[in-house]
Amino acid sequence: MEAQELITGSHYLGLNLFGLEIRISETVVVGWILIIVIGIILKLLTHDLKKIPTGKRQVIAEWIVTTVNSLVKETMGEKNIAFAPYIAALFMSSIMGSLVGLFGLRPITSNYNTTIAWALVTFVMVQFFSIRTKGLKLHLKSYINPLNIIGDLALPVSMSFRHFGNVSSGFIISAILYMALSALSGAIGLPAPLTTVGIPGFLSLYFDLFSGFMQAFVFIMLTMAFVGAATEE
Amino acid sequence: MENVNNLGLVLAGSAIGAGLSMIAGIGPGIGEGYAVGKACEAIGRQPEQQGAVSRTMFIGCAIAESTGIYGFVVAILLMFANPFIGKLA
Repeated sequence: MEAQELITGSHYLGLNLFGLEIRISETVVVGWILIIVIGIILKLLTHDLKKIPTGKRQVIAEWIVTTVNSLVKETMGEKNIAFAPYIAALFMSSIMGSLVGLFGLRPITSNYNTTIAWALVTFVMVQFFSIRTKGLKLHLKSYINPLNIIGDLALPVSMSFRHFGNVSSGFIISAILYMALSALSGAIGLPAPLTTVGIPGFLSLYFDLFSGFMQAFVFIMLTMAFVGAATEE
Repeated sequence: MENVNNLGLVLAGSAIGAGLSMIAGIGPGIGEGYAVGKACEAIGRQPEQQGAVSRTMFIGCAIAESTGIYGFVVAILLMFANPFIGKLA
């Protein structure tokens, strides 16, 4: 694989539809697979619920719901508990999107389009709830100070770049290490790139598991903090 | 120098710029080390608050990392999506 192609991820599935070329990137395909997988997991966890749980399945489902609810209550206040499903969905897709790196796929969060989309949702939510709680007049009044305009516009940029940069830097470092290790085994005369076995696993443990989890957590914490601040009187 | 064409000059400048932009990694390194040190102090003083302290520290570290990430994004742009090559023609 060409180094640049590996890093910028220009894998396209070209479709020719009525003379119009449609390109479907790897991120879109992996994203849809993730949506289906998450849907199946949730369906398995929540079908056939009982008032008194008998199996482990329902206990796990209840634990997830309680944890997310208490986190949202803690950071956004009791009245904003309706945000919990969105926060849980965001966290789930972010963490699964980073964890697909463990299967050798390209993480969907290492494509800037994914993270800017999520960050723009947060931006629109902040604007919407700020207008709804304060009123349009008071909301626009805060923009008399031009620094507030810059601050609000910087919010989606910084959030999306942070998540994208963290995941894609890990992806690039892993890719470079793979190439270096296979070059090394070629140089010392091994018949197959044996040095690539095992060693990149430790890096993957940090970059895919720890960093992916951390960035997902930071993303939902920032979303909750900004939206929570916008809903306050 | 007469053998250097415009493209070579732009590519060389971009490579140097990409390396220079990663100097931005120094700041977050110092800042995060300081934050973790302070968090260790806080945990030593109040071990029962370990969960809250480390959670806040991780979020703070991730936010402090942004400036380094911006430098990294600039380096990536210069290496793989160079905007200056298009301006040569």
